[in-house]
Amino acid sequence: MFRNQYDTDVTTWSPAGRLFQVEYAMEAVKQGSAAIGLRSKTHIVLGCVNKANSELSSHQKKIFKVDDHIGVAIAGLTADGRVLSRYMRNECINYSFTYESPLPVGRLVVQLADKAQVCTQRSWKRPYGVGLLVAGLDESGAHLYYNCPSGNYFEYQAFAIGSRSQAAKTYLERRFESFTDASRDDLVKDALMAIRETLQGETLKSSVCTIAVVGVGEPFHILDQATVQQMIDAFEIVGEQEGPAAAGQEASAEPEPEQGGAAAGEGVAPMDI
Amino acid sequence: MNFTASKQPENCLLGPESDSQRTLYPYVTGTSVVALKYKDGILMAADMGGSYGSTLRYKNVERMKPIGKHSLLGASGEISDFQEILRYLDDLILYDNMWDDGNSLGPKEVHNYLTRVMYNRRNKFNPLWNSLVLGGVKKGEKYLGTVSMIGVNFEDNHVATGFGNHLARPILRQDWHENLSFEDGVKLLEKCMRVLLYRDRSAINKLQIAKITEEGVTISQPYSLKTYWEFSAFANPAQGAVGTW
Repeated sequence: MFRNQYDTDVTTWSPAGRLFQVEYAMEAVKQGSAAIGLRSKTHIVLGCVNKANSELSSHQKKIFKVDDHIGVAIAGLTADGRVLSRYMRNECINYSFTYESPLPVGRLVVQLADKAQVCTQRSWKRPYGVGLLVAGLDESGAHLYYNCPSGNYFEYQAFAIGSRSQAAKTYLERRFESFTDASRDDLVKDALMAIRETLQGETLKSSVCTIAVVGVGEPFHILDQATVQQMIDAFEIVGEQEGPAAAGQEASAEPEPEQGGAAAGEGVAPMDI
Repeated sequence: MNFTASKQPENCLLGPESDSQRTLYPYVTGTSVVALKYKDGILMAADMGGSYGSTLRYKNVERMKPIGKHSLLGASGEISDFQEILRYLDDLILYDNMWDDGNSLGPKEVHNYLTRVMYNRRNKFNPLWNSLVLGGVKKGEKYLGTVSMIGVNFEDNHVATGFGNHLARPILRQDWHENLSFEDGVKLLEKCMRVLLYRDRSAINKLQIAKITEEGVTISQPYSLKTYWEFSAFANPAQGAVGTW
């Protein structure tokens, strides 16, 4: 995309019918570090790559709990993401207070999209520079949505956003048919695999990624580093999936057996470069 | 600084005219509503009377109405405030339907919404002068709750408003049990309504019974209860009660 005379204001159309400022905002999402999401009938897993500025600093928070039944992973301008998370938390808590019932995620996503759309039609505003993967439950089950700066939203079985997300998307495309009926732990493993794809050769360690889970009977929570490392070790050593990982359903540390089960088997995607 | 007295706009809440904006007394009122959970859902009963003070002025007032797909609302107290509440709920259900997604407001949500409305009005010293009973079934779960004009709310297996609390609840406490059949539930409600008819001066002998189940709401045609006035206690009320008249 090159600069042109129609890209100064978000309220200026180009002759080809494009709003360049909105498209530039979508570029900002592509520059952020990767975030992925995938879902089964009952659970959704969100994951993201943590990039710290330097060895000395901590990494930015990119996954936010919005309510017990909704969480969000962001990519792009994390400040915008933080502000939108606060809006989402507010909406959820107000709904809960009035109706004593959780806000259906489908409705929250529409409210979020309408909020983003406003910024594409006011000359004194700019679009939010953040893409959100919203994971949540409502009456009809588990859902994963992607909200863009343009004000559009889409529902997905699995998706990835941010830099090098194409690698993760390719992996997810290969595997998504198995997600609907996958167990919670298999879903987490698939999430870790997808994150590994975006790392392009870098070792997958729990210090470079964050995983969060929400499901029926399981409130949204971020898995702690130790648990994530155990899961990484478990599948990395063997390279495959193993049966008994069905141990802990909670975030509490699973006594991950080092069953070096030479369980061959389960088509692990070859790493994309 | 400007010392001239500023004229307040006519609809302002300060000054001597402000009290005309607030509800101070009820005018046309309905009496008790009684409701209970039974095997398939909720049964609710209310008579069709609207009293104007001590006059039984209106005899065709429907005090129970369906709300959305899953709920039934019964009200005692000021009839015009009940109609106002129905308007609020109409809007609420309309917007809920407009989402056109798989989600809908169930009885629990409606009950809590009403609690918020009643409590907020009470805090502004401008109450909706009603006691409400909200019952419903959603996804097999039965729900029965009540909200008063000051915002007191709770759920129970059987609830009543007004005189029903004093005359019907004790009967229900004794005779209600889990999984009542429809016939037994109706018999139990009629027993309560009969006592109320004998003893509540604002009750009239024209009642409706409403049922809500997973399938939906049915409100019966108005009918009357058989009464017997020849009990010796009625014939000779002063006997055994010293000082009464």
